[in-house]
Amino acid sequence: MNQRSIPLILAALLSVFFTVNPARAETLLLNGAGATFPYPLYSKWFSEFRKVDPKAEINYQSIGSGGGIRQLTDKTVDFGASDAPMTDEQLAKTKPAVLHIPTVLGAVVLTYNQPAIRGDFKLTSDIVADIFLGKITEWNDARIAAVNPGLKLPSEPILVVHRSDGSGTTAIFSDWLSKVSPTWKSKVGAGASLKWPEGLGGKGNEGVTSLIKQNPGSIGYVELIYARSNKLPVAQIRNKAGEFVTPTTESVTAAAAGALKAMPEDFRISITDADGAKSYPISGFTYLLAYSKMPKAKQAVFVKFLNWALKDGQKLAEPLGYAPLPKVLLDKVTAKVAKIQAE
Amino acid sequence: MGALPVDIKAIVPPALRRQRDIHAGDRRFFHATRAVALLVTLVLLGLLVQLGNLSLPVLQTSGFGFLINQNWDPVAGDFGALSFIHGTLVSSLLALLISVPVSVGVALFLTELAPRRVSLVLGFLVEMLAAVPSVVYGLWGIFVLAPLVRTEIGPALREYLGFLPLFKGAPYGVGMLPAGILLAIMITPTIASLCREVFRAVPVAQREAALALGGTRWESISIGVLRATRSGVLGAVVLGLGRALGETMAVTMVIGNRAQISASLFAPAQTMASVIANEYAEATEELHLAALAATGLVLFFVSLLINSGARFLIWNVDREARGGRSKKAGTSQVPTPVLAVPQGGES
Repeated sequence: MNQRSIPLILAALLSVFFTVNPARAETLLLNGAGATFPYPLYSKWFSEFRKVDPKAEINYQSIGSGGGIRQLTDKTVDFGASDAPMTDEQLAKTKPAVLHIPTVLGAVVLTYNQPAIRGDFKLTSDIVADIFLGKITEWNDARIAAVNPGLKLPSEPILVVHRSDGSGTTAIFSDWLSKVSPTWKSKVGAGASLKWPEGLGGKGNEGVTSLIKQNPGSIGYVELIYARSNKLPVAQIRNKAGEFVTPTTESVTAAAAGALKAMPEDFRISITDADGAKSYPISGFTYLLAYSKMPKAKQAVFVKFLNWALKDGQKLAEPLGYAPLPKVLLDKVTAKVAKIQAE
Repeated sequence: MGALPVDIKAIVPPALRRQRDIHAGDRRFFHATRAVALLVTLVLLGLLVQLGNLSLPVLQTSGFGFLINQNWDPVAGDFGALSFIHGTLVSSLLALLISVPVSVGVALFLTELAPRRVSLVLGFLVEMLAAVPSVVYGLWGIFVLAPLVRTEIGPALREYLGFLPLFKGAPYGVGMLPAGILLAIMITPTIASLCREVFRAVPVAQREAALALGGTRWESISIGVLRATRSGVLGAVVLGLGRALGETMAVTMVIGNRAQISASLFAPAQTMASVIANEYAEATEELHLAALAATGLVLFFVSLLINSGARFLIWNVDREARGGRSKKAGTSQVPTPVLAVPQGGES
């Protein structure tokens, strides 16, 4: 009973493993990776879809949009997921060609810690840009007072809080600021990680929130879902049509509908600062990234899943705080799903 | 020799009896351990090569400029690590400044002064601190330490030491100071428990000799224990420093994450480890990824530099101690006796 028996034991173990395994071979495993923002919804979708198609086992790693795109380019996953559309450069590097499938929408909200504000708090895009650029430094600034006539704000310094980690939330927020403020566009620009002109960085939505909660006089941005589930105060933002809009799943869906006219064939569009009186201006799609050609068995399951997600899956979005796609867009997306071919 | 009291054939297993070469096991053991040791070296080299390879685009475009550039702008594609190097070094030094006196004090109390029972319990608690995961420290930092710095520690420092540039500006709660304090708490158990082992290894006779010469308790500790263990304590400090340099999660949560160099300890800063943790997951541009890899490479070399500097220091202290009064050899971890103590019992 020594060294010679080790190979024997190993062989026995291996044979057991391989004889048991065929029982599981009925299921088809799809591996995906990417954005963290839609992860709660996606994991719900995958487990619900398992009830529809018991053979489909979809495994998703929420490693971040950037990581998802990298893995898709390296072909280590069957599909990716991202909050921001891939750039032309990234698309050129990925073969087979990638299709963007919008699944749901999210939004970025401005939250604050200012005890003087009891009810609504209104902000315009140029005020937000100048606060984050460090040009508006006090709460009783004349421009803030002009849009909030009922409020008496103290002469306290404004502390800006932003995300320190690279994030789709930052990408949407800075994309919006770049659209509405030429100064922001030239000085800071848009991206998942930025060189911030002002403020403190917190890691994740929870890091930003804890900094805001601890520092009276602070303002920052987080995801709509996070703000909702933590009951944070959120500001109304003036949209392109000149209306002050409270961020809700309805106003976010409205933003997607408002951007419909400009919608390109491949859905790679930013819907921040969208048209429409009810549109919340800091909204964005989140995408599943699919190869246009997949192995036959996987293609069948994945297409079936996507069609299910666009139909029954949409109903699961709202309760979790995600904005469903507008009905007018669903047909277009379904048509895009049909373009995923089997090899 | 004479006959053995037991029958050797009964003890040695049959498999071994058949082999003539009884040293085969020794050789195999030698090769196995050597292979493992080589593996570690290979992993280290592989890491270095991989990091160098990944950071090539940045090294080609900015070269050594990467080390002296303060700007870090992922959107414009301009990357420099200076503010992160500053953040890492200052936060780690601050941590050492706070932690070393405390750790050495704890270790001295545990080995020299405390009653046995107290020492057992306290020593166990100190080691427990080392087992707490760093994210827990980070959460504690956000929810307890940061408010404390903002409302108590910061204002107090500003009031009494505000004339120093170190304590200018408003304390937000997060920044270099809380990062240093948090790191100090995290490395204290490492340094303290290592120091305790070092102090324990000092022969009792050495303390007794100092006492016998008419020394007080403090003199016996300072001459008999502290002087004799300088190199060992230094080694413990270096290990603590290593942990501080590489700490990521906890620091990220309290340092404020801002790429800037400020004299004030209240100002937010950023370390090399935390910028990698913050930005790697969402970095898609090749240059951005390369800059993050290059930051990792710089961290690697900074740790290497500090470690070899410390080794040199330890070696120097050792040599001084050896060459000085006693011929007894001592290595870095074994305390070097400085006093020529007559060994052997005399009652």
